Amino acid sequence: MLQIRRIGVRLAGLAATILVIATINFILVHSAPGDPASVMAGQSGATDEKFLAEVRAEYGLDQPYIVQLGTYLGKVVQFDLGYSFRQRRDVADLIMERLWPTLLLTLTSFTLALAGGIFLGALAGRRAGRWSDTLISMGALLLYATPVFWLGLMLVLVFSIQLGWLPAFGYASIRADSFTTWHYITDVASHLVLPAVSLAAIYMAVYTRLMRSSIIEVSHEDHVKTARAKGLTEGRILRRHMLRNASLPVITFAGLQAGAMIGGAVVVETVFAWPGLGRLTYDAVLQRDYPVLLGLFLVMSVLVILVNLLTDLIYRMIDPRLAAR
Amino acid sequence: MTLLSIRDLALDLPAGADRPRAVDGVSFDIAPNEIVCLVGESGSGKSMTAHAILGLLPPKVRPGGGELMFEGRDLLKVSEAEMRALRGAGISMIFQEPLTALNPLKRVGEQVAEAILTHDPKARDAKARAVALFADVGLPDPASAVRAFPFQLSGGQRQRVMIAMALANNPRLLIADEPTTALDVTTQRQILDLIKKLQAERGMGVLFITHDIGVVADIADRVVVLRYGRVVEQGPAAAVLHTPAEEYTRHLLAAVPGRGAPAHAEGRGEVLLEVAGLMKTFVTKQGFFAPERRVIAAGGLDFRLRRGDTLAVVGESGSGKSTLARMVLRLIEADDGAIRYKGEDVRLMRGEALRQFRRRAQIVFQDPYASLDPRLKVGESIVRGPMAFGTSRAEASATAKRWLERVGLGAGAFDRYPHEFSGGQRQRVCIARALALDPELLIADEAVSALDVSVQAQVLDLLAELKAEFGLSMMFITHDLRVAREIADRIIVMKKGLIVEQSGAAELFDAPKAEYTAELLAAVPGRDFFDARAAV
Amino acid sequence: MNDTLKTFLTRKTGVIGLVLLALVVALAVLAPVLYPASPWEITGVPFAAPGEYGMLLGSDTLGRDIASGIAHGARVSLLIGVASTLAALCIGVVLGCLAGYFGGWVDMLVMRFTEIFQTIPNFVLAILLVAILNPSLWTIILAIGIVSWPPLARLTRAQVMTISTREFISAARCQGQSTASIVLRHVLPNAISPIIVTGSLTIATAILIEAALSFMGLGDPNNMSWGFMVGAGRTVIRQAWWMSVFPGLAILITVVAINLVGEALNDALNPRISRS
Repeated sequence: MLQIRRIGVRLAGLAATILVIATINFILVHSAPGDPASVMAGQSGATDEKFLAEVRAEYGLDQPYIVQLGTYLGKVVQFDLGYSFRQRRDVADLIMERLWPTLLLTLTSFTLALAGGIFLGALAGRRAGRWSDTLISMGALLLYATPVFWLGLMLVLVFSIQLGWLPAFGYASIRADSFTTWHYITDVASHLVLPAVSLAAIYMAVYTRLMRSSIIEVSHEDHVKTARAKGLTEGRILRRHMLRNASLPVITFAGLQAGAMIGGAVVVETVFAWPGLGRLTYDAVLQRDYPVLLGLFLVMSVLVILVNLLTDLIYRMIDPRLAAR
Repeated sequence: MTLLSIRDLALDLPAGADRPRAVDGVSFDIAPNEIVCLVGESGSGKSMTAHAILGLLPPKVRPGGGELMFEGRDLLKVSEAEMRALRGAGISMIFQEPLTALNPLKRVGEQVAEAILTHDPKARDAKARAVALFADVGLPDPASAVRAFPFQLSGGQRQRVMIAMALANNPRLLIADEPTTALDVTTQRQILDLIKKLQAERGMGVLFITHDIGVVADIADRVVVLRYGRVVEQGPAAAVLHTPAEEYTRHLLAAVPGRGAPAHAEGRGEVLLEVAGLMKTFVTKQGFFAPERRVIAAGGLDFRLRRGDTLAVVGESGSGKSTLARMVLRLIEADDGAIRYKGEDVRLMRGEALRQFRRRAQIVFQDPYASLDPRLKVGESIVRGPMAFGTSRAEASATAKRWLERVGLGAGAFDRYPHEFSGGQRQRVCIARALALDPELLIADEAVSALDVSVQAQVLDLLAELKAEFGLSMMFITHDLRVAREIADRIIVMKKGLIVEQSGAAELFDAPKAEYTAELLAAVPGRDFFDARAAV
Repeated sequence: MNDTLKTFLTRKTGVIGLVLLALVVALAVLAPVLYPASPWEITGVPFAAPGEYGMLLGSDTLGRDIASGIAHGARVSLLIGVASTLAALCIGVVLGCLAGYFGGWVDMLVMRFTEIFQTIPNFVLAILLVAILNPSLWTIILAIGIVSWPPLARLTRAQVMTISTREFISAARCQGQSTASIVLRHVLPNAISPIIVTGSLTIATAILIEAALSFMGLGDPNNMSWGFMVGAGRTVIRQAWWMSVFPGLAILITVVAINLVGEALNDALNPRISRS
């Protein structure tokens, strides 16, 4: 019963967020300089009058704002995200075919960042004040301050150009179609390494810093003293009584950061020509293809909510106090 | 024969602490089958001594000399591995705050089983032994209790889990560091009885740390009195308590509140405050659609306070006593009912009328560390009150200095910051702040609960003096019947938002009407001892 | 305040950060003196390596001086970082105060709104805003301000809430002080230090967002910026590494400096934490 209720709450939240984002889109279109129809059509220079008229009719742009908003929201609910005049395709189709590479990239980076951050943070926190802590903390500080796109370029410079170990861009080799399945997987994986590491590194730095302070905080808690008084070794105390407790705030924060990570993916995909939503965003920006940008914003927001649901699920698996509620 | 023998123990504090050593030259013994109470006020080094035995000192505190002989080994010299083998096996420990002392994310049974498996990794019956231990410590339905998480248990139950965990490997010595301080008085009684029973059954040595000499009287075989890191006096409990040799011990005994006769005088003046049918329910919601939790803080309260009287409101945690104090001052809004001050309903007051009422009714809070703005000089905190009512700064400063003088801090306190004062001194500042507005009614919300007994006695004396001097009426919220007995003319006993008894102080102590009152009275630590002493 | 300064100066890393930051600020202020010509002007040979033709950090694909671009870019980065943080502070602190002090339905409404804004991928929203409103200094500041306020609102709310429930606030109410006086004299002064710290770190994040925007080609076309320089140099990174390396280093150093200062500020303003 509680479970059903919770899922219901989440779905309601999801719906509310989609509506708010769609409304933001709507407001943006209307606050843009110029005719909303030409924004929707994604035109800045030459305009096709016939198409503009079609757009006006379709979105009821001669109606009062509130009716227009209703029309727009109605379309969004049906996953009709408009038509890209530039690409001569439905925006929804364009986005769907780019979804998988982005999911692969962000989920890989998310896992990498979370696991690495928790591990390194725990290590630094347990050795607070010693040289290994200083090293990890300094590294985290530097990474945290590095622009994602620049880190990506530097990795390309070192690992692709100088050392020639890994491919610098793309999703798979040009001849990938002729590969065996296994060969294809390793090929994609080798293309994935640099983008995933660039994207993960920055967030790993954030989680490392957070985990470090969290571990230090937990180490002052009474129940750790209890564990010590039971005669547990320091290693066991760390594994059984500190790691899980200290990870909770990190996981919460990681969930909150999901949105930022998708933003980071846009930049990373641009650098590595990774054929996902981010690369699509970059192309749409260059061409000022507004319907695509608006649709991307909406879909990426939904992705973030889904990641939030995932972290929430992880959190509940770890913390019995929430599971019981 | 001794189990643990402490000789000339010294513990060095890091440079920059208020003194060089937490503990210096402490010596005492514990025999295999006795309870030794280590008693002292805050800063006496009692807890530090206990932690030193298990090598659980805070990182910057180091042993500076002496020895801790346990079964022929000096615990200050054994290796870390040897010490680990002893922890939770030969010697185990329970702590003050049972909620934080348990890992919130693990089932309690698992945590107890872990204690067994740590010292006997091959124990296949660890789970079953945990269930048996839960039965020993009197947890209801042990078989399902092992599957509970700490947050699902009450404070007393959690402490029972801690005790079960400590007993898991049949220790020869149990160290109990203020194990009942965080608990309600009736729960404290149960835990004390349990520890005493288990100690007798198992013939353990117990080192019991406490600040409460009443608790000492209840369970100690022998007593060690500690002050500023040194032993003041030690000996068999009967001798130390009945014929203390040292001034400080006598002082500690004398500071325990509520030993005199309760007040007989009450109720001549006009009715100052009348509360009728007061209701308050707290509803907490976890989220939009989550089921709500309802806690009744006031389920129809009726009482009166006459001018010049002191009314004590006594109850355990969750009784609604603090909410009541806040509702009277409109810091929390009641749901229903009336609060009449000199006949006028406080709940209907708005704006200026409310301000004027609050000037007449002042409050002193429990936590002396949270109730002064840390960024303001204490003088500034005091003058803001009178100035809010149009007094000039010069005049308000003069008033503030006069009150600081009167509460025993001296006018020099005016320009100092709260962090420069001790807890007791801060509470005096708060009293000065309240009285600078020249109130008729003073509400004290657990105003002495956070203080050491000797400081507590001084503050209570000050309040009594001020009350007599200025004809104040007081509403005194407390969990401690002993404090109520010390100062109250009339007493209200509350439980779960309801008044279970209200009567004159003398009447209540001599012939409690409600069963719950009797229960509370019976649970007062050291009651038999102090009664016997008073009878002599 | 004196104590705060003293604590700050005992943090080695804080002092290093302050020195670095001072250097960046000096570079920004002195840019027109050091490089009087517009950074867009072609002053030398294209693809000059660092040190060649009198150009310290080399030239770009058209022959523009990289060092000049970095000096002028510092002005843009710092200006946008500070201005957009101020914008975010205005929105965040006001909303957070409202939610925290009044509670109830005001709080619920504000927090739902904040949560939704925090869920939104903020960089993508910034892209959308700048792209639709056309890139200029002001639209970039506005966009970054709009996407940066939620954490500040949450923090302010949490701070105001904890402080409001402290007993000295109740005591002030009982003393008859007015709501305005309580908020201004008791709540805000006690709540402000973490907000200052987070605000200073927000500047660093804002600089990173600005760099990413101009890297994506959404910078102000009239102002040279570091992100734009990296973006322009990346296609020729095989031949001319310096075009993307140096502007990136400039971003890195600035952001590290601000973070170091922010952390030391945190230790200085919240002595309770630094002591442990």
